[in-house]
Amino acid sequence: MFDRRELLKRAGMAALVTGLGSQRAFALDTVTLPFDNGERPLVRYPQKRPMIGLTERPPQLETPFAIFNDGAITPNNAFFVRYHLAGVPYDIDPDKFTLEIKGKVDKPLKLSLKDIKKLKAVELVAVNQCSGNSRGLFNPRVAGGQLGNGAMGNARWRGVPLKAVLDMAGVQQGARQVTFNGMDGPVSDKTPDFVKALDIDHARDGEVMLAYGMNGDDLPFLNGFPLRLVVPGYYGTYWVKHLNEITVVDNVFDGFWMKSAYRIPDTPNNSIEPGTAPKATIPINRFTVRSFITNVSDGAKLKPGSTTLKGIAFDGGKGIKEVAVSIDGGKTWTPAKLGKDLGKYSFREWKLPVKLAAGSYELKVRATGNGGDVQPMTAFWNPAGYLRNVVETVRVTAA
Amino acid sequence: MRYRILASLIVTASLGFAAAYAAPVGYKLPEEASAFKPGAGLEVVQGNCTACHSADYIKTQPRGEKFKKDFWAAEVTKMIKVYGAPIDDADVGKIVDYLAANY
Repeated sequence: MFDRRELLKRAGMAALVTGLGSQRAFALDTVTLPFDNGERPLVRYPQKRPMIGLTERPPQLETPFAIFNDGAITPNNAFFVRYHLAGVPYDIDPDKFTLEIKGKVDKPLKLSLKDIKKLKAVELVAVNQCSGNSRGLFNPRVAGGQLGNGAMGNARWRGVPLKAVLDMAGVQQGARQVTFNGMDGPVSDKTPDFVKALDIDHARDGEVMLAYGMNGDDLPFLNGFPLRLVVPGYYGTYWVKHLNEITVVDNVFDGFWMKSAYRIPDTPNNSIEPGTAPKATIPINRFTVRSFITNVSDGAKLKPGSTTLKGIAFDGGKGIKEVAVSIDGGKTWTPAKLGKDLGKYSFREWKLPVKLAAGSYELKVRATGNGGDVQPMTAFWNPAGYLRNVVETVRVTAA
Repeated sequence: MRYRILASLIVTASLGFAAAYAAPVGYKLPEEASAFKPGAGLEVVQGNCTACHSADYIKTQPRGEKFKKDFWAAEVTKMIKVYGAPIDDADVGKIVDYLAANY
């Protein structure tokens, strides 16, 4: 549960009173993300603890960063929420819900939630991260959802492999991609419906999952109840919520959300000179490697002496090889001790005891994936504000 | 004060969600609170933008010299061309001017 005393301490009573007295009935308070125009209401939604409100309609909620210090698994009631279109189906009858599998298949299927839950279940711990996580930290700034670092989370997903359902339907020769559509949609029929696609081999890799469970419970409504796609290692844009329509196609799907949106430059590191436009683009895909210090926040004042830094790291699915920490602004690095391995798609906790004599410090953390990818010391840039993975810096004072 | 905060939270929680997935699930969003700033062209903006999204989509965008008229013109064009917003040609300039002046 959210620690109210901590909230009061951090925010100050005056700010809390102002928040409640304003016209924003559900804002408990405000938080300020570390970039210009970063003030956000702290909002209360059903099934959620107080979350950072980005937008109300459709709802977009960011996880308060302190929650990532509580463990490798992000609680369901703190998991971030991202919708694109305001036609959200707020009344879903799980007993009447059906998932349709159609297109280039021998036997089109309509499965109820009960049918799906009768199939052999699998579980996988995997990070979901919004493509635009940390967009507000881009320099120069770019348009889009201005998120801090809280549009990510790690959960134990339970469901059935997509492959099992595709095999039941019998994928036909010549199939190239599989498209995924959820019950949420546009308000106007002129707005492109949110439909995503994966290559057929990816869809049948046995890891992509139709998930109905999350951390031992049903999916929270705003996280895709009753069924969502889980695409381990891939950005959240592919993790279609309220998933009810799967279509096998024999072409490369050219819907707006694949062909025009969620594209990254087809360049090394998918990066281009800030302020320029890319010549060619590809669909966004796997996460870049990232790491964070979670128990010390920027601007913190610590007591001189021994302290243990801790945090999390993750990558696009190879797993974390090493996390190194610098307390001198990146001049020297010390490997941290990695925590329990919950799988290659999971957050990996790390910790490192350090000694800080009185003075000011730039703490940095840098992860290396098992594939050899390492976080850069200076940020890459792309026009949509995706893939941020620069080595993060936390400035603290010991006094 | 604290009692009132707690009471409002409890009411919010109990109104907000039908108990443990008693079918069908009726999810209730909090009442929308974000609003556009007052200014010339406000009604045109309210009439054209709020059908599809809340006002905070605009309020949270980056500020500064690079995020004035050209930026907002590009956003309004995107809403029309990409998302199919039915905005009259005559309203486009008014919307862009309002956004550039107020955000």
